[in-house]
Amino acid sequence: MKALVAVKRVVDYNVKVRAKSDGSDVELNNVKMAINPFCEIAVEEAVRLKEAGTVSEIVVVSVGDKACQEQIRTALALGADRGIHVEVVGRPEPLEVAKLLKGVVAKEEPQLVILGKQSIDGDNNQTGQMLGALAGMPQGTFASEIKIDGDKLNVTREVDGGLQTLSLSLPAIVTTDLRLNEPRYASLPNIMKAKKKPLDVTTPADLGVEIKPHVTQLSVAPPPERSAGIKVEDVAQLVDKLKNEAKVIS
Amino acid sequence: MKTLVIAEHDNTSIKPATLNAVAAAQALGGDIDILVAGENCSGAATEAAAIAGIGKVLSADNGAYGHQLAENVSLLIADVAAGYDNVVAPATTNGKNTMPRVAALLDVAQISDIISVESADTFTRPIYAGNVIATVQSADAKKVITVRTTAFDAAPAEGGSASVEAVAAVHDAGLSTFVSEEVAESDRPELTAASVVISGGRGMQNGDNFKLLEGIADKLGAAIGASRAAVDAGFVPNDYQVGQTGKIVAPDLYIAVGISGAIQHLAGMKDSKVIVAINKDEDAPIFQVADYGLVADLFAALPEFEAAL
Repeated sequence: MKALVAVKRVVDYNVKVRAKSDGSDVELNNVKMAINPFCEIAVEEAVRLKEAGTVSEIVVVSVGDKACQEQIRTALALGADRGIHVEVVGRPEPLEVAKLLKGVVAKEEPQLVILGKQSIDGDNNQTGQMLGALAGMPQGTFASEIKIDGDKLNVTREVDGGLQTLSLSLPAIVTTDLRLNEPRYASLPNIMKAKKKPLDVTTPADLGVEIKPHVTQLSVAPPPERSAGIKVEDVAQLVDKLKNEAKVIS
Repeated sequence: MKTLVIAEHDNTSIKPATLNAVAAAQALGGDIDILVAGENCSGAATEAAAIAGIGKVLSADNGAYGHQLAENVSLLIADVAAGYDNVVAPATTNGKNTMPRVAALLDVAQISDIISVESADTFTRPIYAGNVIATVQSADAKKVITVRTTAFDAAPAEGGSASVEAVAAVHDAGLSTFVSEEVAESDRPELTAASVVISGGRGMQNGDNFKLLEGIADKLGAAIGASRAAVDAGFVPNDYQVGQTGKIVAPDLYIAVGISGAIQHLAGMKDSKVIVAINKDEDAPIFQVADYGLVADLFAALPEFEAAL
């Protein structure tokens, strides 16, 4: 079966992002960019399914400006077969990305679509579910294990109370959680090979989608600072402070 | 203005997160109804009717909604939403799972994880693991919103006497079925609702050592949490994880033991009222947010701490 994997270019997870002093936006100049960690897990899962013989072809798609081709190449180096870049200026909202992905799904007709559960920039956690609704597909969100069983997909999900397993009809959508797998590193030969893999560029117009903003970011600000605390000498002093100063234990 | 709140429940009772979502709905103003979608959920519907300030409870009681399958419940909510200006749910794993489908069905954006209501169309929400707070304005006539529960004080669970109306519509997409679940049974309070949380990290070294936290948790009536590192290492199950993509907690007292304090972990607990950090590495970033830091070997400090309580 064919698998479609969506990836997003985001600020590297090690970077502590700050609001600009005028509050207009976050400071993104000269910041290291990378593939969203949850998307990397999505690519890895597709590659493992291909290695297991379940998936025959992996198509990787990213929505964004030209720079996101770098993340598509990363996915190709990890084992995806070909890439699709949906070229969009600015920062499309999750609903628009879902509409664009629906257009790609209609063309590619994958049996399995794997996405990260959220991107670590907007922290929205929406795109996979929205794509599910738009494409009329079932979803296994926050997946920690997936198994394909004939024309069904069994997904174990990380939920508030523990783990839940669902059976989904195919084609289906999976969004990845942290424990689904541990992504590999791309080898140098694979990075070189990835440069020669096909990468098509398409546009919202090609996919019949009109980009329309629904939400405006008015301003950004740093969160309230915590005032610096103190170091206590020993457990006795800690208990004393908690009882008599903070008054949080009795 | 009319707001529909989606109840978080287990069919027999209402989960505390619902009360936080009701509080956010109250901040929006106007009339508030609650939708309880489940199977044999009359217990939850009765509890929902007792929440103060609710107009009516809509009870959709059907096998299609028993396990909160997003494919079915989202169709129901999108249908019921026709009569409302806002649809609000707590940002639990259920809310996160279902509400984006609702928004897409209604062709509107979802505003995720709001921490304040500035006006009827303007909200604040954390982005970049809470390192930045964005103020966002929605242009959609109908708003789909999930609520960060720790940011809104719970509405009173008692004092209301709303009527309960049955919703007859049955939406079964026929795309998904429930297979099984592994739910941890615990006598301790729920992590996201506890007033005291004690969490362990990589420094705990193994799952057995979490017993050192249990004695303290029992004495303090605390819930037990963990960092991602401890969950990834298999010390404790996934539902213990506190952080950017795990659970968000804001108890009166948060005790971080053997946790270095990666920004992703801080994102899940830095709004706690009092933070205690116990770590043998005095340069660990967790000390920068701790009110009380103890530089010590946790294997010596924890038994001593338990004995002193």
